[in-house]
Amino acid sequence: MQVVWLRSSLALRDLQAFIQHTVVYCKMDPKLQKTKNSSSNSANSPDSTHSLFPFPDEVLERVLSFLHSHKDRSSVSLVCKDWYDAERWTRTKLFIGNCYSVSPEIVARRFPRIKSVTLKGKPRFSDFNLVPQHWGADVHSWLVVFAKVYPFLEELRLKRMTLNDESLKFLATSFPGFKALSLLSCEGFSTDGLKAIATHCKNLTELDIQENGMDDLGGGWLSCFSENCSSLEVLNFASLNSEVSFDALEKLVRRCKSLRILKVNKSITLDQLQQLLVLAPQLIELGTGSFQQELTPLQYEGLGIAFSNCKNLQTLSGFWEDTSLHLPVLYSACPSLTFLNLSYATLRSGELAKIVAHSPNIRRLWVLDTVGDKGLEAVGSSCPFLEELRVFPADPFEQDLHHGVTEAGFLAVSRGCRKLHYVLYFCRQMTNAAVATIVQNCPDFTHFRLCIMNPGERDYLTNEPMDEAFGAVVKTCTNLRRLALSGLLTDLTFEYIGKYAKNLEALSVAFAGSSDRGMQCVLQGCPKLRKLEIRDCPFGNAALLSGIEKYETMRSLWMSACNVTMSACKLLAKEMPRLNVEVMRDEGSDESQADKVYIYRTVAGSRRDAPPFVVTL
Amino acid sequence: MENTFLGCGGGISGGISTVLREENNMAMSSEESSSYPDEAELELGLGLSLGGGGAKSKSKPPLPAVAAAGPWGQYARILTAKDFHSVVSTKESSSSSSSSSVTKTNNNPSCGVKRTAEPSSPPGRSGSSQVVGWPPIRTYRIQSLVNHAKSPMTEEITSALDKCKSNNTIVDKTNIGSNLNRNVAKEKGLLKKPSLFVKVNMDGIPIGRKVDLNAHRCYKTLSQTLDEMFKLSAAVGATRSNAEEQVVMTKPSRLMNVSSEFVLAYEDKEGDWMLVGDVPWDDNTVATVILSGCFLAQ
Repeated sequence: MQVVWLRSSLALRDLQAFIQHTVVYCKMDPKLQKTKNSSSNSANSPDSTHSLFPFPDEVLERVLSFLHSHKDRSSVSLVCKDWYDAERWTRTKLFIGNCYSVSPEIVARRFPRIKSVTLKGKPRFSDFNLVPQHWGADVHSWLVVFAKVYPFLEELRLKRMTLNDESLKFLATSFPGFKALSLLSCEGFSTDGLKAIATHCKNLTELDIQENGMDDLGGGWLSCFSENCSSLEVLNFASLNSEVSFDALEKLVRRCKSLRILKVNKSITLDQLQQLLVLAPQLIELGTGSFQQELTPLQYEGLGIAFSNCKNLQTLSGFWEDTSLHLPVLYSACPSLTFLNLSYATLRSGELAKIVAHSPNIRRLWVLDTVGDKGLEAVGSSCPFLEELRVFPADPFEQDLHHGVTEAGFLAVSRGCRKLHYVLYFCRQMTNAAVATIVQNCPDFTHFRLCIMNPGERDYLTNEPMDEAFGAVVKTCTNLRRLALSGLLTDLTFEYIGKYAKNLEALSVAFAGSSDRGMQCVLQGCPKLRKLEIRDCPFGNAALLSGIEKYETMRSLWMSACNVTMSACKLLAKEMPRLNVEVMRDEGSDESQADKVYIYRTVAGSRRDAPPFVVTL
Repeated sequence: MENTFLGCGGGISGGISTVLREENNMAMSSEESSSYPDEAELELGLGLSLGGGGAKSKSKPPLPAVAAAGPWGQYARILTAKDFHSVVSTKESSSSSSSSSVTKTNNNPSCGVKRTAEPSSPPGRSGSSQVVGWPPIRTYRIQSLVNHAKSPMTEEITSALDKCKSNNTIVDKTNIGSNLNRNVAKEKGLLKKPSLFVKVNMDGIPIGRKVDLNAHRCYKTLSQTLDEMFKLSAAVGATRSNAEEQVVMTKPSRLMNVSSEFVLAYEDKEGDWMLVGDVPWDDNTVATVILSGCFLAQ
């Protein structure tokens, strides 16, 4: 047994390596394993012959406080009882990927010192209206427990949760040190709730409101920030549309000297934006308001100067109601940009080409497909460091092929941007050959999300299914973690995935597959699979039940509009008590059909707040 | 000019169109539609609106989009199954959880078009109906796109203006006062003139567009804009050489021609359907004549 001294200046990576090595070592040595019933008191110095770490717990805790990744922390907590205890006392950030996998009480018992909570609720397909309203994921019960156990809570980040204005008021008044609120894709609240936050959270550093299903009752909430509030670092209200008091905003920006992220909404005009930029040249991320306004030459020049004075600007977004007239004011800020979000601007190829020509350091680029293949060619030739590309459709329900981007645009980007590892691409046509070439050019894909918008679309040149395209992706991109499929796909695609996608963690399937075999291949072949969401595929009971032992290793499985019946779901629920098997039936459908199935592992048992249309088996 | 191409099927289809018009408008609405451009509230004297459905919309809408439909009333057209399907699906896929949206999902767990189709035989391209939640785009983004589509594409206006013989700089650059006025309501129109938005519907397409007549100075630019909006070039194909000529300057003798040409017609105060283009384009004309919904028909 060697004693290893650790310096406090130890690099985090080394520390992680040490711990992982130790975990392995410890797991191999049965003497070091403590049973769950062991009652060793973690406050006292542990017996040095049995403990891995013969130092006072304070030292272990100090060491472990360097660990931030929740995955590492989970590994650490499995080493032995002492480490479990040390870890739970030092964890300050909580990440819960599925709010129903655990209960607030269990969390409160285990972790006494939480300052920051991230909670995710509804299945991802709820973003696309596949989950009925009032499904659940209400945050209130969590807040009630947190108020008791974590009075010093500082941060709350919610994704796909439900919360109402009462909850927001409760949040604002229950945690005196509350600092950061981030709401993404949530629903059920209104701007009145934001008023409460602005009014009561005196130390607010972050207010980030994004793409929520909320009621925008007016912009008065912004005026609720007290004049003493000067701590804001992040303010994002881009997705709210009501006009806010510019006077209040201007004063807020003026006194919040640490403001680094400011994303305003459409009600802010260009000349107002210029005034804000003059007050906050230290901004790192900026979301513009409406980019459409008639400017006098003087104003235009002033705006250009304001942008050029923002030396730290790395991210630009917004561009609501763009007009190409004013884009040149950005050029001075472009060289330092790493993330450019133009996904709400209907730019054409020429306009995009000009912008990217000024932005050689871009790492992430989001655009609308109005830029066309030509625009993407410009990206390929101007942005050698591009790592992430997202191309959204301007006209998603339009059948006309003449609009948007094709395989040519994607190819052009792949040729010029060899570091590309994240892509989200909406198009109307694709070929197997193009995808094969693309992944040869860019073999480092970690996230490959291709959406050929017409379901079941074939390779338009060869008329074959798109199996070989995704086969090429999984064969070539060994680091692939996330994959979204589209086009006409047979079981062959899934055979490829099961055989090659050994690092795959999240898979999204729609209108694909030929038989149960497809899903079985994936369940049997992908060891790291955590999230599987399937809609409108011919996978039935055999497929569902083939993964009976797999689902506990995953966060969740969603299957809708497949061929699964209630009997199979009941069987699954019976065999696996630590899974929640929830079924929702469509109106008017057969009693035996399980139209929507949501299965997830949980230590909290079946949920008590399920609405009547959710049947937990 | 015969009225057959308008497809007024009398009361019944008028009724259907009324219902769907509501849903159409619901689909187009969102939280932000409250700041929709200030349309000229014109009393259009709709004595004779085709196919029933009432002269004015009776609904007291929480949705301004419906209110916008009000003064123009409804008009009938032949509806195909395709219209119905896509309308319903559009409504579903853009429904948000805001209280103002009409959804039948509130009590109904099935929040979408029921899919009885076999997953292994997906809809073909040409008759492809829209499916719930597909393509997978967040509601917020869809609503932003829809709202963007409602106001005339800036690009079109810009190019239309460029091509127009008359004064390009409709935009009043000397009007510094209003630009600097911080409290001015933010309107979506590009120009400082009050926008005069007119609803334009194309036969066979359930979702209409709106065009700002004050953004144009001549029929040419208007027709180019409409051409862009309704993708006439794509639909019509190679036969088009000079879009504006075909759309507007169609001689009466070509009306009955069942080729790929389109005519632009409008319903005037007396309820007559008139061909756009006969009257010289000037402000008076625009204000008084080209109203109550232009109607592109094949």
